[in-house]
Amino acid sequence: MTLEARSARSVLVRPAHAALLRSAAVRSAAVRSAAVRTVVVRTVVVGSATMLVATCGSRPAGGPPALRWYVYNESSGSFAAAAADCSASSGGAYRISIDVLPNDADGQRQQLVRRLAAEDTSMDILALDVTWTPEFAEAGWIEAFDDATAQRITTGTLPVATRTGTWANHLYAAPLNTNVQLLWYRKDLVPTPPRTWDEMLAAARGLAARGRPHLVEVQGAQYEGLTVLFNTLVASAGGSILSADGSRVRLGAPAEQAVAAIRALADSPAADPSWSNQREDDNRLVFESGAAAFQLNYPFVYPSARHNAPGLAPEIGWAQWPGLVAGQPSHPTIGGYNLAVSSYSAHPDLARRAIECLRGRANQIRTAIRGGLAPTLEALYTDRELIDGGYPFAAAVGEALRNASVRPRTPAYQTVSLQISDALSPPRSASVGRLDGLRTAIADALESKGLVP
Amino acid sequence: MGWLLCAPAVLVILLVTAYPIGYAVYLSLRRYDLRFPADTAFVGLANYGTVLSSGLWWQALKITMIITVVSVAIEFVLGLALALLMHRTLVGRGLVRTVILIPYGIVTVVAAFGWRFAWTPGTGYLAGLFGDAAPLTSQTWGVAVIILAEVWKTTPFMALLLLAGLALVPEELLRAAQVDGAGAWARLRRVTLPLMKPAILVALLFRTLDGFRIFDDIYVLTAGAHDTRSVSILGYDNLFTALNLGVGSALSVLIFGVVALIAVVFVRGFGTAAPGQETDHR
Repeated sequence: MTLEARSARSVLVRPAHAALLRSAAVRSAAVRSAAVRTVVVRTVVVGSATMLVATCGSRPAGGPPALRWYVYNESSGSFAAAAADCSASSGGAYRISIDVLPNDADGQRQQLVRRLAAEDTSMDILALDVTWTPEFAEAGWIEAFDDATAQRITTGTLPVATRTGTWANHLYAAPLNTNVQLLWYRKDLVPTPPRTWDEMLAAARGLAARGRPHLVEVQGAQYEGLTVLFNTLVASAGGSILSADGSRVRLGAPAEQAVAAIRALADSPAADPSWSNQREDDNRLVFESGAAAFQLNYPFVYPSARHNAPGLAPEIGWAQWPGLVAGQPSHPTIGGYNLAVSSYSAHPDLARRAIECLRGRANQIRTAIRGGLAPTLEALYTDRELIDGGYPFAAAVGEALRNASVRPRTPAYQTVSLQISDALSPPRSASVGRLDGLRTAIADALESKGLVP
Repeated sequence: MGWLLCAPAVLVILLVTAYPIGYAVYLSLRRYDLRFPADTAFVGLANYGTVLSSGLWWQALKITMIITVVSVAIEFVLGLALALLMHRTLVGRGLVRTVILIPYGIVTVVAAFGWRFAWTPGTGYLAGLFGDAAPLTSQTWGVAVIILAEVWKTTPFMALLLLAGLALVPEELLRAAQVDGAGAWARLRRVTLPLMKPAILVALLFRTLDGFRIFDDIYVLTAGAHDTRSVSILGYDNLFTALNLGVGSALSVLIFGVVALIAVVFVRGFGTAAPGQETDHR
């Protein structure tokens, strides 16, 4: 390319030289002006030749096509390491570059949606929160995996994680990592962990009567975490928020049981005074301060306690989320991220290959150990490499994931969730009477009617 | 010929203002949700019905009105005091004016973050000052902090507009009033303020319109939680989070309508001279 450009330049410049030679015979002034002209001609030609090179190929000659992965900034750097490893092992087929999205899920979604609505072709691989699959698939923004690839992805993957990436019987998003809450408790205060919500509140009341730390730390601010709490409680009571196909509101007797459970905690001494304003990290801080006996939270609290409260850490035990029905396991809500191929990608086949690599065994182990994000490959929960590498609660998380529930699956999820957290906030004022209003608000949301709080 | 010369400017204005406004009105008459691109249809005024029958809109409108009226009133009193101060300053006039203008020069979002941290327990020096553990988590305190941030930020702007008005008051008139035995308060009420009226009305109009469209302070301070959302926050949530372009556009058009109404009331009702128009007080 460069050689061609150079020869093109010399061909084009030659007539100018001829002109220079001719005019040299006339007058020196003319020679000077002709020389100036030659320089101008040469610059213009060189300039346009460079531009020609620049526009001919946006990538360096011979380099592999760049796949752009839109994902939030994983602070331990395990996503960047996975991208580098996969690029290297692709044998020059592709090179993954990361485009960093904001850290909060709402910010990520807004940026992705804005680009997708404009049919941006620069996006190849998208990291999607588990609740976004129906929305993005229905809008035609992500492409379903072909049967063979879907088969390879789902084999050995946790079924509940696969469900989050599936819409209308097609796999649209490949589970990258997952997340689920456990019950964290103080072994020095509570000898055996409670198995039900009522047992937990009774134990807390007993501790309060003896003047010991007794708070139950759980999310209660008006945000997604409150919806997650409600979903877990409704599922654990044997119900669901929406029908399985996401088209109708359910919220029957189990929802009333869930609201009653929230009120029972709110009215007991176990409720944190600032519950109505607490998110996951606020719960973690209170638990680390030693004021609480129980905490319903994600596994990130354990490494954090080992670091921030080394005296307390040996006393921290973990168990399954308390159930709502005696003798029945709880159904905690799963979180996490899936990977999907943008419908506007220029390299969908390569993107699919890259996704399979990014969520491969080695990368999932690294993300779990370094970043604390739970893997989606079922076999890893009994894998010594992961457990000994710094994931001691693998068995408990694995069991929780086998019983886990998913949040309502509908393209209007975002609106549905806002309505739920609005209706239940603050937890102290949650009441069965408000469920009627919530049913109407969700029904409106499903038809994209009504205002969003 | 005159029209021909105007044409390029008119064309540009049409392109950058009339077209977007027209498009928003068009969108507001349609069912148009980005998440259901196949499901768009003309629905007439249904979106307006949705907005106007929702308690959220009226709640947001009430909060917006409260924030606007209270903050503009405080800004006017403080702004007038600062303007008089700047007008009468003899020493270090430039320095005084610069210092007063500093808050106005700070990016709103940056200032709002400053306030947020100041009012958050653990990071702030103001939290717990009034007994409430976390002021930004209740409606009353949240709105109060938003008003405070707004007043702190825009009082200098008000002062600047009023200072321009003070320059209209002839010195000899004030001296004559003094000779007639008018005290400082009487001179302010009977001479200064009436002569400043055009400037005052313009300042109030500008600030009311700005105040009504408040977004960034609320977005940073409370993000609209605890029923502190303004109409602009409500519009943002419906457009950018819910991706409902139809309802969101209806909201925007309604906000535009209220803003236009405020302007009409000021111009027609109080006789505010539109900027650029000749005033009869010269």
